[in-house]
Amino acid sequence: MKKTYKIEVDCANCANKMEIATKNTEGVRDAVVNFMTLKMNVEFEDGADPKAVMPVVLENCKKVEDECEIYL
Amino acid sequence: MTKKQKKNLIRIIISAVLLIALHFIPVAGILRFVLYMIPYVIVGYDILIKAWKGIKNRQPFDECFLMVVATLGAIALGIWSTGDYVEAVAVMLFYQIGEWFQSYAVGKSRRNISALMDIRPDYANLIGEDGQTEEVDPDEVEIGSLILVQPGEKVPIDGIITEGDTSVDTSALTGESVPRTLHAGEEIISGSINLTGVIKVRTTKEFGESTVSKVLDLVENASSRKSKSENFISKFARYYTPVVVYSALFLAIVPPLFLLVTGGKADFGDWVYRALTFLVISCPCALVISIPLSFFAGIGGASKEGVLVKGSNYLEALSEASVCVFDKTGTLTKGVFEVVSINGDDPDKLLETAAYAEKHSSHPIALSVKRKYGKELDAHEVSDVEEITGRGIHAKVDGRDVYAGNIKLMQENGLNVTEDRSPATVIYVSCDGTYLGSISISDVVKDTSKEAIARIRQAGVRKTVMLSGDRKNVAEEVSKSVGIDECHAELLPEDKVTELEKIMDGLSGKLVYVGDGVNDAPVLSRADIGIAMGALGSDAAIEAADVVLMDDDPMKISKAIRISKKCIRIVNENIYFAIGVKVLCLILGALGIANMWLAIFADVGVMVIAVINAIRALFVKNV
Repeated sequence: MKKTYKIEVDCANCANKMEIATKNTEGVRDAVVNFMTLKMNVEFEDGADPKAVMPVVLENCKKVEDECEIYL
Repeated sequence: MTKKQKKNLIRIIISAVLLIALHFIPVAGILRFVLYMIPYVIVGYDILIKAWKGIKNRQPFDECFLMVVATLGAIALGIWSTGDYVEAVAVMLFYQIGEWFQSYAVGKSRRNISALMDIRPDYANLIGEDGQTEEVDPDEVEIGSLILVQPGEKVPIDGIITEGDTSVDTSALTGESVPRTLHAGEEIISGSINLTGVIKVRTTKEFGESTVSKVLDLVENASSRKSKSENFISKFARYYTPVVVYSALFLAIVPPLFLLVTGGKADFGDWVYRALTFLVISCPCALVISIPLSFFAGIGGASKEGVLVKGSNYLEALSEASVCVFDKTGTLTKGVFEVVSINGDDPDKLLETAAYAEKHSSHPIALSVKRKYGKELDAHEVSDVEEITGRGIHAKVDGRDVYAGNIKLMQENGLNVTEDRSPATVIYVSCDGTYLGSISISDVVKDTSKEAIARIRQAGVRKTVMLSGDRKNVAEEVSKSVGIDECHAELLPEDKVTELEKIMDGLSGKLVYVGDGVNDAPVLSRADIGIAMGALGSDAAIEAADVVLMDDDPMKISKAIRISKKCIRIVNENIYFAIGVKVLCLILGALGIANMWLAIFADVGVMVIAVINAIRALFVKNV
């Protein structure tokens, strides 16, 4: 399953860091963070519940870039 | 400017003014330290906080943390030996100026580029049964409703004009600036702007299925597919910072120790300073920002010209195009067929039979037959319609078996028909096993096709090929007249894919396929880059293609290639320039030639230049 989320982040490299952090979250198969359009496309593992996975993703992103936001 | 940008700008100005003022105040010792810490904290407090959070989250390569280490290190050196705090404050100040500029430039281009595509209609004037109009959300308008469009308003939903004549501006969709004149009975597409007359439109689609929604959807989701350059630079960034940090550590410890051991003069302060200079240039942000920004600007500029690119990887691939494969009908020819001759014993009966058989078909050839017939198709009953791919059509007209299609269709039904070899499309018609005759239909080559092919060559494409389902002599005639190198005719849709794969086999560079999206969706998606042209209103084409040309002018193909080349050139310039300057600074820093001032100037300067260069990708009007 794929979903798109709006995000808020200040710098391009922080967006890359968010991408890596998201990819390494359990339940996420792949993720693309687009800094220019401030969007994040997340592809979930089969059977993973986005509602359960996304808060963890946000938490992991906050660890690498404090001033980021994902609008769930 | 956003609130945050304004606040940061004020902080930068205050701290810069303080720094300059302090230059003229002759103080020394602890007071000097305290005074210089004021502008440092003003400009850098958020960095200090973020660095602290970075430590807490165990992110040793956090840029803020490294910046803080570099500046605090410089301050420590100031206390310990030199008494110079200006450098540390200035480094923080310029770092912040760089960050501010980046956020401002990115925000501005984000807004500019989204403004280019600001075609979303906010409302629709729905005409109720009592004749009163009511302003409603376009989403709420049902298919078949009547809407009113005033001059100056955006057409919210696709439909057909039922009343009124007007001219419309479709430039936001197609890049074509000449207004189009429309009359009652003609189709009007959403996203165009009504210029002159009041018109009433009968909607034929829902808002979500209308052109404007499709286009917006495409544009908003573009560039989520990243190019090789973008992946390279994010990978580079991932290794760059750690490598620089470890080199800094190495630089601070190993050379002075080595000198100490070998009995030389080991100036630890100097080596630590060189290491701190490394940390100043450790932030890869300048590098990372300019690449996606270039692609974003390139895609934005292209969409303004009516070329919608679905992702930066396609823009990149397009710049490497070496072979361009074309569909014939609707791509190089107008796709508007006209009946040129009817050959049979009873031409009227022949035309009538063919028109009824093709009653439900929307194929351009069927349309031309029906247009020629010109009468309402309701006198006879048509049933059991069956399209035979690559052959034609079979239908029961008043219970009689009618076949209309190419020579193969006739032969397969056991009819012995002599082939008409004129360079036109010929439909042979049979009824209940009796051959009635043939209808010749011809298509016209687009005015710009020939020049377009020449321009595509100029843009660097080495070979042009045409694939057509049409007969050999028709296809060859067209390909010769527009100057195409190679022509493969009489192909079924699935043959086109096989033929395309043959061309792709062992090809260096990328293969572009240009089609109109009618029955060539598999080929569009198989090619390295599928370009669908004149795609307004064709959902299948928009789905399958990687690049969508909003109007059907083949000149746009070469334009798209040139836009992509310009964008990639800018991307490469930025990559080489930014990495080059960083490496140079690192070398000079290690040798002790570059100080922190130079490092931060180079860092911020590179970013400003790279960002400005990236924005250049937006200007593609005269490419």
